[in-house]
Amino acid sequence: MTLTRREALGLSAGAAAFLAIGTKVSFANADATEAAIMEFTGGATPAEGKISLDTPEIAENGNTVPVGVTVDSPMTADSYVASVLILADGNPNPAVATFHFSAISGDAEAKTRIRLAKTQNVVAVAKMNDGSTFIDRKEVKVTIGGCGG
Amino acid sequence: MATPKPRVKVPKKADKGEVITIKTLISHPMESGQRKDKKTGELIPRKIINKFTCEFNGQIVFSCDLDPAVSANPYLQFNAKVNEAGTFKFTWVDDDGSVYETEKNIKVN
Repeated sequence: MTLTRREALGLSAGAAAFLAIGTKVSFANADATEAAIMEFTGGATPAEGKISLDTPEIAENGNTVPVGVTVDSPMTADSYVASVLILADGNPNPAVATFHFSAISGDAEAKTRIRLAKTQNVVAVAKMNDGSTFIDRKEVKVTIGGCGG
Repeated sequence: MATPKPRVKVPKKADKGEVITIKTLISHPMESGQRKDKKTGELIPRKIINKFTCEFNGQIVFSCDLDPAVSANPYLQFNAKVNEAGTFKFTWVDDDGSVYETEKNIKVN
């Protein structure tokens, strides 16, 4: 079989696209992230609002990226934030941390420092004591990845 | 490796019902289990702090499950509502089962 120049170019472009997809699957974990959110919420799709994620727009060093999360809640015995799940969808494993609050936490607010392998979305999902869930996402641009590669 | 040293910042006193901010840090490498030894090319086994708990007079205020994506020397900042004088107890649990603890007292005006 002989290929015209045009066909040959098309084929190689297709192969390149395939390769690009291949490398993406081995690292990005969009599906795993969605699965982790669904497991946390018990199958419900979380609503927007109430929770806000505080991340830097650009992180120079992916080894320590400061991440803060605040949830709007009165934090009384009847109505409080039970837990907040933090995920990073471009890390080899999306799980980052889970905060568990109580009625005596005062404010549903917590901060920590996390590792990000590359530029990606950080996701925070809050679960209230009545079972309702809220979500926020922020993209963080990472200059130097932080998974010790 | 040196024994992880916990450091905690809690105000010495607070007004009744005040919401205070607590900052904690523990020295720990948080080995993710993803890194390879540069000489042998073998994976360095995972060793992280996987659980943190803060109790106030025996009641849990805040706890956290940590995964390998948390940075080395894990830092945590959170709040607590103080209704009475008492003791905050902080506990970190390591992958190998070691437990690191520290306590702080607070007075109420």
